[in-house]
Amino acid sequence: MTSEMHVLAGPQASVRRRRRHWPVSAVVGLGIIGTIVLLAVLAPIIAPYDPNKLDFASPTLAPSWHHLMGTDQNGRDLFSRTLYGLRLDLAVVAVVTFVPLPIGVVIGSVAGYFGGKLDAVISRLVDIVISFPFMVLVISIIAMVGPGLKGILIGVPIVSWSLYTRLARADMLVIRELPYMEACVALGYSRSRTIFRHAIPNLVRNSLVFSTVDVMGNLLLLAGVSYLGLGAQPPTPELGSIIAEGQAYMLTAWWVVTLPALVLVVFGVGIGILGDSLSDGRLSGVVE
Amino acid sequence: MSLLTISGLGVEFGPRAAPLSAVRDVSLTVDPGEVIGLVGESGSGKSLTSRAIMRMVPSPGRISAGEIYFDGRDVMAMSSKELRSFRAHDVGMIFQDPFSSLNPVFKVGAQITETLRANLGLGRAEARSTAIDMLERVGIPRPEQHFSSYPHELSGGMRQRVMIALATASRPRFLLADEPTTALDVTTQKQILTLLATMRRDFDMAMLLVSHDFGVIAQMCDRVAVMYGGQIVESGPVEAIYRTPQHPYTRALLASVPELDAVDQRSRPTPLEGYPPEIGPVRDECVFVERCPSARPDCRSGRMSLEQVGTRHHSACPFEGRPAEGAQSPVAKERVV
Repeated sequence: MTSEMHVLAGPQASVRRRRRHWPVSAVVGLGIIGTIVLLAVLAPIIAPYDPNKLDFASPTLAPSWHHLMGTDQNGRDLFSRTLYGLRLDLAVVAVVTFVPLPIGVVIGSVAGYFGGKLDAVISRLVDIVISFPFMVLVISIIAMVGPGLKGILIGVPIVSWSLYTRLARADMLVIRELPYMEACVALGYSRSRTIFRHAIPNLVRNSLVFSTVDVMGNLLLLAGVSYLGLGAQPPTPELGSIIAEGQAYMLTAWWVVTLPALVLVVFGVGIGILGDSLSDGRLSGVVE
Repeated sequence: MSLLTISGLGVEFGPRAAPLSAVRDVSLTVDPGEVIGLVGESGSGKSLTSRAIMRMVPSPGRISAGEIYFDGRDVMAMSSKELRSFRAHDVGMIFQDPFSSLNPVFKVGAQITETLRANLGLGRAEARSTAIDMLERVGIPRPEQHFSSYPHELSGGMRQRVMIALATASRPRFLLADEPTTALDVTTQKQILTLLATMRRDFDMAMLLVSHDFGVIAQMCDRVAVMYGGQIVESGPVEAIYRTPQHPYTRALLASVPELDAVDQRSRPTPLEGYPPEIGPVRDECVFVERCPSARPDCRSGRMSLEQVGTRHHSACPFEGRPAEGAQSPVAKERVV
């Protein structure tokens, strides 16, 4: 009796024990990004000082327990400014990356699925948008709407949907020929069910992997534009503008430039590691 | 009354002005509960014919001629909404490759549940219990647990079982099985065929079984249609096709099937020389003339047509086996060089 039960329990147990297995790289990447995002989100709680509070009595103080990252030329606490800067940067980057992503994926999927004239029109539009010099476009939009984050918020999505469209379209061309798509037709499913429920879950991975590169690109673009003085305007704390303001004091107060930049670098590394493990495909692998 | 009637079906590719004909003048009837076999070599048009029944000829192919009636309804005249309902409720389809006919990102239970909810409008709990019941019916062990398995966790045979459950979940009256066992090994093949036969009986479905394997056809079917070069060259009851094949192609096909218990030289399979015809414009000659061991000059003039040669038995070859020509006609030995 007991041995029989054991035999019965064996394979059953193995079915039940199945679980998702996260590779180390994904855990590390997510850990880094999670920590930074958490710091940014909780900035108002964590930040020891008001990021914009001037203190002319203590300019360019070196990092210490009172000021973890030191203070800048105006005596503002750099740690607090960096946290608030991250908060702003990440929010803007999240919007300009993850709003165009689903739009691009849907447009690309539809183009790839239906093909023909619709596909030709969409593909040419994508070609036109992609062939625009990106930075020039963003700066010219800033020239139209004036300096500030508006230029980024408008300029980036106008272009970046097209990359996701191209990726999704290419994947759809492959997927639409697969038997499970034919099975959807044979089962009498509607086209929207076939595309949105059955094809898109199979093709978002490439777009998600690309979005990790895109997030970093957008973050650097935002920092870069702000560095040029066209993005976030002082005294708003923003990583790019903190670095720009700090560079005049590079030789006397290295931390003003270096430490906020280091945060950018660490975030970039985290994103890179996560993107890598996503593209490995191991994240979705199920291990018995 | 027959469940499905196809008459004069044609499928074409290429420009409309100079079409390339892949299936031409195919006529077929299927009675309720009947199992029809469609046999032929690769490229003979058997898969296209089966897809045409659901109007699923892959683009750029198109149905160029013919009528399809299912249970008195004109399939060719259906609007896209009617067509969807027809596919959802009346016909089920099983594919050749069980490794890619299930969506890899969804659990098998979810895929069956989705069909039940979308096509039959069942509620969540009801769909779930029906799906588990279907999994049990098709012989999936521990259906409650395998309900949450992903397709890649199952073997080929298991996946084909799931596919059968998916295709029959909405209780269609007609099942299209396009080479359902070709991708499986022989023992699994046997099990899947047995399962199909059981499901057919339990659900009282008619079935169109497409295969290149005469053995599979013989085991499963009531009637057979032999296809060659996009046309039906012979059709009839399984017994008659086996015992008294009338068309030279059917004979050649039967002669090329190896017999398991025949070891001596005498009954070695005889291969058929030459290659099947390429897809091309319609020509006014017998499709098989290039490879026919008993071709005559007459074969090159006039399009072939199916003539009755026995009870429900039709052959497209006017020279062989016609009672009028004499039973032991020497014609069979003649050759055109």
